[in-house]
Amino acid sequence: MMAVGGPAADRPGGAGPGSADGPGGGAGPGGADGAAGSAVLAVRDLRVAFRTRRGLAHVVNGISYDVPPGRTLAIVGESGSGKSVGILALLGLLPATTQVWGSATFDGAELVGRSEDKLRQVRGAGIGMVFQDPMTSLNPVLTVGRQVVEAIRAHQSVPKAAARSRAAELLAEVGIPDPASRLDAYPHELSGGMRQRVMIAVALAGEPRVLIADEATTALDVTVQAQILELIRRLQDERGMGVVWITHDLGVVAGIADHVLVMYAGRTVEEGSAAEMFGAPVHPYTRGLLGAMPVVDDPRTARERDPLLTIPGLPPDPVALPAGCAFFPRCPIRADERCAHEVPPLTPVAGGRRHWAATFYSPEGA
Amino acid sequence: MNDETRGGGPTGAAGPTQPGATDRLGATDRLDVVGDKHRPRWQETLLLLARNPMAVAASLVLLLLVLVGVLGEWLAPYGYNEQFVGGQLESPSTDHWFGTDEFGRDVFSRVLMGAEVSLRVGAVAVGISLVAGVLIGLFAGYFGRWLDDALMRFMDMLFAFPALLMAIAVLAILGRGENNAMIAIGIVYTPIFARVTRASVLSVREEVFIRASRASGAGSLRIIFRHVLPNAAPPIIVQTTISLAFAILSEAALSFVGLGTQPPNPSWGLMLSEGRGFVEHAWWMALFPGLAIFFVVLAFNVLGDALRDVLDPRQRSVLTGKGAGR
Amino acid sequence: MMGDDETTGPTAADRPATMGADVLVAASGLRVYFPIRSGTPLRGVVGHVRAVDGVDLEVRRGETLGLVGESGCGKSTLGNALLRLVEPTAGRVEFDGTDVTSLPASELRSLRRRMAMIFQDPYASLDPRRTVGDCIGEPLAIHRLHRGRARRAARVGELMEIVGLNPDHRGRYPHEFSGGQRQRVGIARALAGEPDFIVCDEPIASLDVSVQATVLNLLVRLQRELGLTYLFVSHDLAAVRQIADRVAVMYLGRVVEVGAASSLVSKPEHPYTEALVSAVPVPEPERERERRRIVLAGDIPSPAAPPSGCRFRTRCPKVFEPCPDHDPVLQAVGGSASVEQFAACHLHGVTTTPPPSSPSSR
Repeated sequence: MMAVGGPAADRPGGAGPGSADGPGGGAGPGGADGAAGSAVLAVRDLRVAFRTRRGLAHVVNGISYDVPPGRTLAIVGESGSGKSVGILALLGLLPATTQVWGSATFDGAELVGRSEDKLRQVRGAGIGMVFQDPMTSLNPVLTVGRQVVEAIRAHQSVPKAAARSRAAELLAEVGIPDPASRLDAYPHELSGGMRQRVMIAVALAGEPRVLIADEATTALDVTVQAQILELIRRLQDERGMGVVWITHDLGVVAGIADHVLVMYAGRTVEEGSAAEMFGAPVHPYTRGLLGAMPVVDDPRTARERDPLLTIPGLPPDPVALPAGCAFFPRCPIRADERCAHEVPPLTPVAGGRRHWAATFYSPEGA
Repeated sequence: MNDETRGGGPTGAAGPTQPGATDRLGATDRLDVVGDKHRPRWQETLLLLARNPMAVAASLVLLLLVLVGVLGEWLAPYGYNEQFVGGQLESPSTDHWFGTDEFGRDVFSRVLMGAEVSLRVGAVAVGISLVAGVLIGLFAGYFGRWLDDALMRFMDMLFAFPALLMAIAVLAILGRGENNAMIAIGIVYTPIFARVTRASVLSVREEVFIRASRASGAGSLRIIFRHVLPNAAPPIIVQTTISLAFAILSEAALSFVGLGTQPPNPSWGLMLSEGRGFVEHAWWMALFPGLAIFFVVLAFNVLGDALRDVLDPRQRSVLTGKGAGR
Repeated sequence: MMGDDETTGPTAADRPATMGADVLVAASGLRVYFPIRSGTPLRGVVGHVRAVDGVDLEVRRGETLGLVGESGCGKSTLGNALLRLVEPTAGRVEFDGTDVTSLPASELRSLRRRMAMIFQDPYASLDPRRTVGDCIGEPLAIHRLHRGRARRAARVGELMEIVGLNPDHRGRYPHEFSGGQRQRVGIARALAGEPDFIVCDEPIASLDVSVQATVLNLLVRLQRELGLTYLFVSHDLAAVRQIADRVAVMYLGRVVEVGAASSLVSKPEHPYTEALVSAVPVPEPERERERRRIVLAGDIPSPAAPPSGCRFRTRCPKVFEPCPDHDPVLQAVGGSASVEQFAACHLHGVTTTPPPSSPSSR
């Protein structure tokens, strides 16, 4: 079952404070194609910590993944799980108090430890980002056109007029009606959905090979979310971009992801193909998350339904992570005595094709 | 503060100054870990202030000021109007630590006794403008509409005149003298407090917890004094300290033009003004009252800043190291 | 000022009838308009945002009515207007037979004991300078309940226990609690006056998924134990589906469909409801990929200038001739008599003339 995918061998072992020599993460969404080498972005044993008043906060504790072109990797987690921090750290978008270890290669070139100047070449041109709040990630006092033009000219030396017509093309590509006249609009004159389209146009300006969508639809209404999801899927097909979708919303993930990575307290607790992960979740945390989500088309009435599953307690303090499994204090199962002392490594799930979980627990019948 | 909004996007995950994600985790109440000593609030306030060395220094300066203000008469080696004939404009010496003025009066004694005047004028004048200005700002800001327009236009009128001119005009009506000077200064500074309060109230008024209180049936007065005022207070506290400083200076100016403290009574402002003419020959006449004003004003400002931090429960937690990280 | 609008929109006559159910809260012809002022010094009114524009709605005793819609549809304003936390521009709201809209301020304040609200943002809805004990006890102080320091403290402790908080933490400040716990404080506060009716305004929107579930479960448990009636306002149809007996769907200031939660979601009769249901992702990849998703074109029009006729027509995939000219009213749809469902759509028979009766004719 390790067959395709898990390029465990090329993983640097001993994934730091925790995931021992976990075989897992290496299996990016490209796993099916069998070659991690084809990945545009390859992250290995990434760890991120912040200096805080109370000590070093370990926010990301050894995650690994691959992003091949044309595929979608979803990183799922709740707030504080470290799901966004890992990416932001790679691109040098975190404050200077941040410490980063491990490796991340974009097109074969190492990102960790790169100078700010060299990172800037990657930001936008290699890796485009779309953030959660289209209201605050656009500058309110500049026209939409100016912002797209700036993004274009940041990476290519083209005359203003050419950049402007290119900007109109980009706006058209992201589905903004009447793009030529919208260039002169200010962000507040656009709806939330339109602003998010503009953000996507800005992200596309540098012709990125990887697009990172960080909670890109969280602030949007569901019908607008549906539009944006469709747009990104189309752009991905046309441009062959790799997409990293960072979200808390398992529903969104189910619709778009090729490969899913569930994070808890800075570690990957479970990962695999979307079908396997959602069909037979193994890790108690993943199971808890899925059970906590109400399903819209459950035929039973509200009064007939069972209460939702809940996960009591709170995520651990990143300044003082527990010695064993980070989920142990909240875990309803606590299957093994090792749980309290040993960090469970990411291991292939029995019977799975592309499915790994970091737990000592194995559900019956799996 | 929206750190637990779901997702923790780039804004939530990594604030510009502090990594939000970590703080959030730190913030999620570790209630069991938190020591459960709950002291009375005022005690905790004092304890926290005591941890800030600048605040302690400022408090000492102000304490000294109050002591001198009360005991000045007994501490002073000479009377405030005791003139040493032939001893005019003497530079500082062991007999006259701060020298003597043009009438041969001991500057040290006059500075000590001037503390009382400055303190009283500052406190009473700022007290008047604080109470009047805060009430006007609260009601104008909270109720808005015509009340806001009426009150604030009136404040604008007061504010339109140069402060000193306004004070002189008020004194022209009330008559000269120290008490009237306090009232005049109080009136002059009222619009500043009204504006600061109103601006603060306008933002607090829109907070959801105000609506929550209204939803539970709270009346306007309860909301204004229980919820709006405490949350609007920080800028007012800071303004108070700044105004204390300005009031002391204004009193000096009024005394200078003969409308405030009447000679030969000592007031720092008066002394500073009188000393100005002698700066080239007798620098000590202006320097020592000037230094007194400087230290008192500085102390008020430092204490004001420290108080603002300590009075905010969120800041307080950072200081005591419990609860949320931010 | 809105005489010209009086005749449009569904009216009392066509309101989804009570059908004998015990109605606790009823809105009829409810409108809430917010003036748009020009930036000029005289601040003249240049238009109105029609946040709620002719809504008839009933909340039955003991039920949870879900109110869903997208941002800007007026659902929160409607929830606030039912409690008269915003003043309705026209129409009326009755609470247990009392006309709330015309109540003098003092009587309204005492009525507030019986109708409470739970707010979206547990960070913003608690006064940061008051302890949670003070927050929870405030309604007791306002309505002079459980008088006396000891008795009030006991009641606050009891409320904290009911919502699953440790009463020993009453002396702490809101920021010392996590989001989920703060929302519990908000719920305890809402329960303090022993209300009959609680408007839950997006109570889980700012919480993490696993915390959302605990808050939803808590609300359900409290309803069963205390016999509460909820209006559950949310943009999250899945959450609404979990808790609501009936659901009302709002679009651009109007209720476009209302009915039993299960039938409304499984068999939506209004094209907007259909699109909304189809857009909600389901956390099951196979099913999610097979589901037919109706992706609506365009954006929600401005509530300051809603389209003529049916307000959904600019985005409706099923738009046809009568839509631009005739404003549809809520009418009974769906087959079975046991399941009531009402939709405001011409597909279920064109309502040619808007009934002339005035919205406040009740």
